[in-house]
Amino acid sequence: MTEHYNFAYLDEQTKRMIRRAILKGLAVPGYQVPFASREMPMPYGWGTGGVQVTAATLTPEDTLKVIDQGADDTTNAVSIRKFFERTAGVAVTERTAEATVIQTRHRIPEEPLTKGQILVYQVPIPEPLRFLEPSEVETRKMHALEDYGLMHVKLYEDISRHGHIATSYAYPVKVQGRYVMDPSPIPKFDNPKMEMAAIQLFGAGREQRIYALPPHTRVMSLDFEDHPFEASKANHACGLCASTDSYLDEVITDDQGGRMFVCSDTDYCSTRQAAGFKGKDAA
Amino acid sequence: MYVAVKGGERAIDNAHAWLAEERRGDPAVPELSVAQIREQMTLAVNRVMAEGSLFDPDLAALAIKQGRGDLIEAIFLIRAYRTTLPRFGATLPVETGAMACDRRISATFKDLPGGQVLGPTFDYTHRLLDFRLAADGGVDPAPRGAPAAGSVPHVSDFLNREGLIQAEPVTDEVPPDLTRDPLELPASRALRLQSLTRGDEGFVLGMAYSTQRGYARNHAFVGELRIGTCSVEMEIPELGFAIDIGEVTLTECETVNQFKGSKTEPPQFTRGYGLVFGQTERKAISMALVDRALRWRELGEDDQGAPAQDEEFVLYHCDNIQATGFLEHIKLPHYVDFQSELELVRKLRREAGAEARQDAAE
Repeated sequence: MTEHYNFAYLDEQTKRMIRRAILKGLAVPGYQVPFASREMPMPYGWGTGGVQVTAATLTPEDTLKVIDQGADDTTNAVSIRKFFERTAGVAVTERTAEATVIQTRHRIPEEPLTKGQILVYQVPIPEPLRFLEPSEVETRKMHALEDYGLMHVKLYEDISRHGHIATSYAYPVKVQGRYVMDPSPIPKFDNPKMEMAAIQLFGAGREQRIYALPPHTRVMSLDFEDHPFEASKANHACGLCASTDSYLDEVITDDQGGRMFVCSDTDYCSTRQAAGFKGKDAA
Repeated sequence: MYVAVKGGERAIDNAHAWLAEERRGDPAVPELSVAQIREQMTLAVNRVMAEGSLFDPDLAALAIKQGRGDLIEAIFLIRAYRTTLPRFGATLPVETGAMACDRRISATFKDLPGGQVLGPTFDYTHRLLDFRLAADGGVDPAPRGAPAAGSVPHVSDFLNREGLIQAEPVTDEVPPDLTRDPLELPASRALRLQSLTRGDEGFVLGMAYSTQRGYARNHAFVGELRIGTCSVEMEIPELGFAIDIGEVTLTECETVNQFKGSKTEPPQFTRGYGLVFGQTERKAISMALVDRALRWRELGEDDQGAPAQDEEFVLYHCDNIQATGFLEHIKLPHYVDFQSELELVRKLRREAGAEARQDAAE
């Protein structure tokens, strides 16, 4: 396969077009830059935006990590990692610290990212206002005018109806005091991590949008003074590594209501287990 | 004891091996050749070429074989392949007036220059299962006549001469290309037509049908429907002139639509236009109806709020590769998000329960 395709699959012209969109995105943090998304050999909605951004970002010296739901071995993460192994021949890793480029779906790794790393998000619907206003023509206008009243009303209505803001993932953020941005469907537990030392790039292939956060950009989760944002997770310790501050998945273990909680970040969990941490359900 | 699931890679490889076996079916039954699909599943091949935006019957037939007859899967294979092809340039506009027609009918004139030519059509067949085909697919050769001499002029030109049909602006502007630029609205008519010609046949048909049933009704007559081959010419810079580089089969439909006039336009007929690769007449007629519905603004008509008039709705949802990918992505794991929803619902239920208990105590 590698001999028939350019490095990282896309031709250089296309990569240049994507890099321009990325640079524009970095220059205007949180702004959704339209780009001429290509048809990729995997379906729209399965990470084509992230794949194109990764393809435009990778150099032969890079080390790539791909996660889905925090795990390296979920089927779609395996498939995307394999794609870049075949088309770019880059080194791959499951270790967060070793990776220079990390493509992710729905999670930010637990281990803090550092300068020099790039985190690429797969984004299904880049428009945070989409479910309040279906028209793209309208939502672009609302961003241009910084007209976010509708979003605040929605959050307020949540509080008056449920006593809480009833959004648990893809929780909207405001970037550097200007653009309201969709953080992709990460659990709101991950929102505070978005103020980080690494570059964050967001690719939405089907919707033809790229946006970005330069290192240390201010990212505020929307809230109210009397209802401050709260990052939440299952109130348990990991059954395998005993971590109490990582995001947990619930695993059903039998049909009698038995369940256990384990880290969604598989690298974080196995690193802790290797260091001797042991949860109550560990073998 | 729970052990974190490993082995996604092996599962994928095994699934693909099984898929290949299923595709082949019973090995005792002879394998389909790509040539058989190309020659005997022609209309499927045509649809794959049209919606895959690539005119290559052999590749389309291969994609149908690989996709186990799932045409959207085949279209997807063609689209993904097409992305990797280098662009040498653009051809000159195709002259459909010079088409070698296999079929050419008009519903608006009983007879006309160039004549009515039925061609190889299902029209007027009785849809009775032909059980002879199950045993023996041999056919007697169809009677042959001499090809009609002379060109076959467009019906709309006759109306145009009288000034009865709205004139199209003539322009040498290079049309936009949504495979190279992100879709931005409002879209020009050229861009809308590009989007529709590669749009899903079922979606475009449904939209067109909705206009016939009253959602932005536009009273369409099939002014003309023609199917045939056109030569494709390209200017070669080294030569300094255009040469023939091949031919494509096209279906073209021009509708003539009743129009009472508006604030800006006098009473006259208006047009809808469909042009699609291959013999794809259902799609071409549908395209023409939807094109006409989307033109309400430039013709000074009212926005009736009908789906077929809403270009954002139509253009954003007519692409079956985008649609099927996003629809099917909900099969992917979502347990991180689901977990956070679980926590939220549990919390809300706890609080609602506590409130109810408190109310009961009071």
